[in-house]
Amino acid sequence: MTEWLERHIPKMVLAPSFIATLVFVYGFIAWTAWVSLTRSRLLPKYEVEGLIQYERLFASPRFDTAMMNLFIFGTLFILISMVLGLLIAILLDQKIRTEGVLRTIYLYPMALSMIVTGTAWKWIMNPGLGIEKMVRDWGFESFSFDWVIDPDMAIYAIVIAGVWQASGFVMALFLAGLRSVDGEIIKAAQVDGIPSWRIYSAIIIPSMAPIFLSAFIVLAHLAIKSFDLVIALTGGGPGYATDLPATYMYAMAFSRGDIGQAASSAMVMMAVVFAIVVPYLYSELRVKHD
Amino acid sequence: MTDMTLSAPARAASRNWTRIALRWLLFTLLGLFALFYLMPLFVMVTTSLKSLEEIRTGSLVAFPREVTFEAWRTAWSGACTGIQCEGLRPYFWNSVILAIPAVAISTILGAINGYVIAQWKFKGANLIFSLMLFGCFIPFQVVLLPMARMLGMMGIAGTIPGLIFVHVIYGIGFTTLFFRNYYVSIPQELVKAAKVDGAGFFRIFWSIFLPLSLPIVVVTVIWQFTQIWNDFLFGVSFSQAGTQPVTVALNNIVNSTTGVKEYNVDMAAAIIAALPTLLVYVVAGKYFIRGLTAGSVKG
Repeated sequence: MTEWLERHIPKMVLAPSFIATLVFVYGFIAWTAWVSLTRSRLLPKYEVEGLIQYERLFASPRFDTAMMNLFIFGTLFILISMVLGLLIAILLDQKIRTEGVLRTIYLYPMALSMIVTGTAWKWIMNPGLGIEKMVRDWGFESFSFDWVIDPDMAIYAIVIAGVWQASGFVMALFLAGLRSVDGEIIKAAQVDGIPSWRIYSAIIIPSMAPIFLSAFIVLAHLAIKSFDLVIALTGGGPGYATDLPATYMYAMAFSRGDIGQAASSAMVMMAVVFAIVVPYLYSELRVKHD
Repeated sequence: MTDMTLSAPARAASRNWTRIALRWLLFTLLGLFALFYLMPLFVMVTTSLKSLEEIRTGSLVAFPREVTFEAWRTAWSGACTGIQCEGLRPYFWNSVILAIPAVAISTILGAINGYVIAQWKFKGANLIFSLMLFGCFIPFQVVLLPMARMLGMMGIAGTIPGLIFVHVIYGIGFTTLFFRNYYVSIPQELVKAAKVDGAGFFRIFWSIFLPLSLPIVVVTVIWQFTQIWNDFLFGVSFSQAGTQPVTVALNNIVNSTTGVKEYNVDMAAAIIAALPTLLVYVVAGKYFIRGLTAGSVKG
């Protein structure tokens, strides 16, 4: 009996977490998928009706805006964060004595809640009292910076705040990558008189391909889940100009009482994450097993 | 060509000048970037110390002419979140009593799970690990609706224990990943030798693995604390008036439409909400960064 117990204890210890994962992750995804195929409104219904919710979703101009915003925000957020992060990492890699302090400064936004970031930038970009007023006070009377209340530009205001928060993290990833490149190769190249920008572009950066992939995955994941930042900075407005699928889902679930739409938009988000993360996880796990 | 006409010392001097110029350019750029990252924090702090009058007349980036802590007092104990005007204080404590058990429970579960997966491999353990790992990456929107119903059925909807439950459930994926990756580098011979000596599953964990675990415990606790303290989605979805965490209360203060917009109070409230995680970052930045990169740089 004790021997049997001793043999099975590892499984029994893991079981609660495993069952919780099965129920609260996979079971719940299945529930949401099921409900997304019904006519649920205020209360969930369980009679499957086919794809009507998805038809409504893709016919909805609001969701259309949300997907377009995700595309614009995601692309710019990932691209700018990567370029900025890489640039700062390379600059910091030049044997700077104050590197520790600078790194701390570049990375602290990552410790903040997106609600705090959104609140701060909302104030800085306030058209009446923020940057706009500051520059006008300097004498540029016609200067205008009202992105947060301009439906066409508000999504770019969110990009600025997002980049501010996440680019330091990308810098940290790249800096670790730069440091892990074999020092002998770099020394040999320096001895041969190859200029340092060539050493970076031809030797160091190409060898960091896996880090680019990691940074991309993390940033893409952050972009899709971005909810707090939009809520704090623009509340999805003006109108629904800065809605993302995440805020659309929340509005449908908790203020519009349209569970069918909430479930189907959540499934679309899931599909986007799936398309990005699954190939990555698959390759990661496969490498580990070898 | 010019090099040919110059004498050797002159050439060296010109090279030296380029080096110094480049060095200056480098420091200027790094300094500008530092300004970009520091500016919002600077603006938040100075705005929170100004009077409303000074905010309206002065510049965004100016130091306060007259420092007042009035906004801080209001933010802590008088600002309105909707109809209630008790400031951030009760919600700050909500976040504290929510974060402590949620961090502790998810870290303990992660440690024991990681120990099993890394050192007591059984058939299917890797599949279980993959399934749990994938749970870290789902957009939580996909579980919001059923979780709201489940919390209702369990009778803990809108309560702090309910929020603790949610944070533990969706935190164990990451905590298990952290501990698993740490324990996997400990040679399996250790467990085998201990088993020969008659030590059991828990004994080996307690006397061999736990004493080795301090660094990863620190990384995990910091990661979980930052995640849970900064969470907004679960907080706003699964709380009700009175049980909201600090992030939700902050958002309510900033976006409450009653009365005059008090930007200095908003900024003080934002700093208060950010202080605990900022403090952790300043004190234990090394471990914070390790947690950030642990999920993304592997192998």
